[in-house]
Amino acid sequence: MADKQPKPGQPKPGQPKSGVLLDIRNLRIEATVYPPGEAPKNIVLVHDVSLTLEKGKVLGLIGESGAGKSTIGLSSMGYGRGGVRITGGEVILNGRDILKGGNEGFRKLRGREVCYVAQSAAAAFNPAHRLMDQVVEAALLHGTATRAEAEKRAVALFKKLSLPNPESIGERFPHQVSGGQLQRVMTAMALCSEPDLIVFDEPTTALDVTTQIDVLAAIKDAIRDTHVAALYITHDLAVVAQVSDEIMVLRHGRLVEWGGTRQIIKEPRQEYTNALVSVHEIEHQEQKPGTSPFLSVKNITAAYGRSHIKVLKNVSIDIFPGQTLAVVGESGSGKSTLARAITGLLPPEQGTVTFDGRPLANRLADRPKEDLRQLQMIYQMADVAMNPRQTVGTIIGRPLEFYFGLRGRQRDARVAELLDKIEMGKGYVDRYPAELSGGQKQRVCIARSLAAKPKLIICDEVTSALDPLVAHGILELLLGLQKEENVAYLFITHDLATVKSIADSIAVMYRGEVVRYGAKSTVLTPPFDAYTDLLLSSVPEMEIGWLEKAIKGRRMASAGN
Amino acid sequence: MLVIKRIPIPALVGIVLTALFVLAAIFAPWIAPHGNAEIVSDVPWEPMSAAHWLGTDNLGRDLLSRMIYGARITLFIAVLATALSFSLGAILGFSAAVFGGWFDTLLSRLVDLLMSIPTLIMALVVLSVLPSNLVTLILVMGVLDSTRVYRLSRAVAVDINVMDYVEAAKLRGEGSGWIIFREILPNALSPLVSELGLRFIYAVLFLSTLSFLGLGVQPPSADWGGMVKENKDGIVFGIGAALIPAAAIAALAISVNLVADWVLNRTTSLKGGRG
Repeated sequence: MADKQPKPGQPKPGQPKSGVLLDIRNLRIEATVYPPGEAPKNIVLVHDVSLTLEKGKVLGLIGESGAGKSTIGLSSMGYGRGGVRITGGEVILNGRDILKGGNEGFRKLRGREVCYVAQSAAAAFNPAHRLMDQVVEAALLHGTATRAEAEKRAVALFKKLSLPNPESIGERFPHQVSGGQLQRVMTAMALCSEPDLIVFDEPTTALDVTTQIDVLAAIKDAIRDTHVAALYITHDLAVVAQVSDEIMVLRHGRLVEWGGTRQIIKEPRQEYTNALVSVHEIEHQEQKPGTSPFLSVKNITAAYGRSHIKVLKNVSIDIFPGQTLAVVGESGSGKSTLARAITGLLPPEQGTVTFDGRPLANRLADRPKEDLRQLQMIYQMADVAMNPRQTVGTIIGRPLEFYFGLRGRQRDARVAELLDKIEMGKGYVDRYPAELSGGQKQRVCIARSLAAKPKLIICDEVTSALDPLVAHGILELLLGLQKEENVAYLFITHDLATVKSIADSIAVMYRGEVVRYGAKSTVLTPPFDAYTDLLLSSVPEMEIGWLEKAIKGRRMASAGN
Repeated sequence: MLVIKRIPIPALVGIVLTALFVLAAIFAPWIAPHGNAEIVSDVPWEPMSAAHWLGTDNLGRDLLSRMIYGARITLFIAVLATALSFSLGAILGFSAAVFGGWFDTLLSRLVDLLMSIPTLIMALVVLSVLPSNLVTLILVMGVLDSTRVYRLSRAVAVDINVMDYVEAAKLRGEGSGWIIFREILPNALSPLVSELGLRFIYAVLFLSTLSFLGLGVQPPSADWGGMVKENKDGIVFGIGAALIPAAAIAALAISVNLVADWVLNRTTSLKGGRG
């Protein structure tokens, strides 16, 4: 593969013309926005992007949210999502410009020559129909196979994607299989009509790392065996490095860099690509645990409702002043429930939470204001964690009023000070959350919790909804604030890279139990228990061939399988 | 803040018409050429003329004057009844959503009970027992209508109550007052405002129904609905006097809803309506 950097907007030099499947030339995509009270205006989402894809190859499209990767991916089937229009350029598939075919042409194309795998399989399947009916639908509609043939093909694909009970899984409804399985069924659906090109739109982003690795391996095998070409859209470079032959880096709808996978991850030529590649490296020196923890959780057991299924089983952890305890585990392991038990939102059935040497009331309503002040929380989705009808000034100012009785000028001065601390400045006081970017929203949430001057902030997946570069900034901010304010964090996450860069001690949770607990260096040093090993080995590394090595090396199959 | 140029034309039309109705209602005694009950003609249903712009009604009273006095009584009762039904329904609905448990169950079943009896029959029974004056009329209309508002606001608030920002407020230790009025109310305003425009008109229509049955506004005063009733017999003789109060109700309905839609547009904006 030619590793030369092409000039944006020009086809890659030295490209063999014969094997080209998809050839996008000077693509320009626009949308009309309707700002309230102003005249509607056009904005350009994709500026003059060109790419070519050979038969049987995989091209990874990578970039932050808003980079235009999904928009470009969907344009290869002539589709513009919600009012998005393709206003310039050509999309040549199998030698003809699909944009000229009109709706009739699109109908013949979609589901036959190009198929699409969506990010959230759970939302993309119709819950009222059995999986098999949905998998074979496209093939039947286009008349490429009889029902019997299509079902036979589907079963073969289920087998290839290592789904359990391939003969009978098609009889199930979407809610009867797990998220990872559903994503693989969707891949089978895309492959069933034997298309020439599949667009994968973040197919593993919504999955746990331990599930992601299996889905990734299944997708990779299926692509290899069926010789289908693919556009693989993701924001995770480590993931895309496993499956694609080439990578295209996009930013703000423009091409940044395009090259072979090895070149992009080993020798990035553009500064932006370099920033993406090296994003995870925050050095954090582990602090020795102090003598006495200020918050101890002892043997907590909790369940939702009167259920017999215990979400937390006998969990004990200690948190030391000014230090970070990271709680890791996959979804359903009880990490967030632990946070709810500590804050009093879910009173535990057994066990106690001790704070500063005295027991905390189990129920939120029984806790005095002072205890509430000491425990603050930051949420995963900053958009819904702030009242959309309150300005930043009110959001940050309210805890000041509420806990310290600050009013008027004093309050405003402190709000300005807090805005400074989160590196945002006074100008944001009058803004509404809808007028902030994702990273800024999370910063305001951090300021709101800091305003209470707490001893402990519970961070529930605070960076997982953010782009890597933005998440990096948030982590650095949190570390800096910890030094200044001597606040402790209980950091809930499923991302081990984040854990490495922020934690002092780590608790690994699996099905409601703490399976491994201790200082960061001890937890991350072998010998591992089976689950920690699986978790650690499932984190994608930016290294070609990592996937095969990881699958071969692991000792335990993942739970979502 | 509020530049007239930036108000869309439909909203402007709505505002002007509503304002006209309101002004007519407030200054009725000074604007109306004749008294409300004053008989100015020996002939019923006199056609429109320079002396009587809208003609006269079934008893020979000046229709324009009666329309103006009618606006006063119609708007007065409808506004108060709607205000009552909204404050009662919304506050109870929000509280039910926030407190939950037995409070919610008790209130919701009580509302179900009230709604299971047809509103009109309920109103007729209550009004025929209680002394017939404006206060009871407004109370009955407001309370009966608040059941609808209750259900809407409870449904909206239940959804909002589970948002993370409400949880954050609860974790902070905020009382129910703050949660209901500062966290939930601003976010529930859009569906409530759109309902308000509609409910107001229903109140006008309900009032006219009651008047029609003799339990609403008592003669010689009349609301617009009552005036439709008084003049309905004229339609048989080809006299359009009944259509004038009917048209006024329609105009009021449209203009109030034009304003409500515009307010709705502004309150839906999450950027404080400043673009």
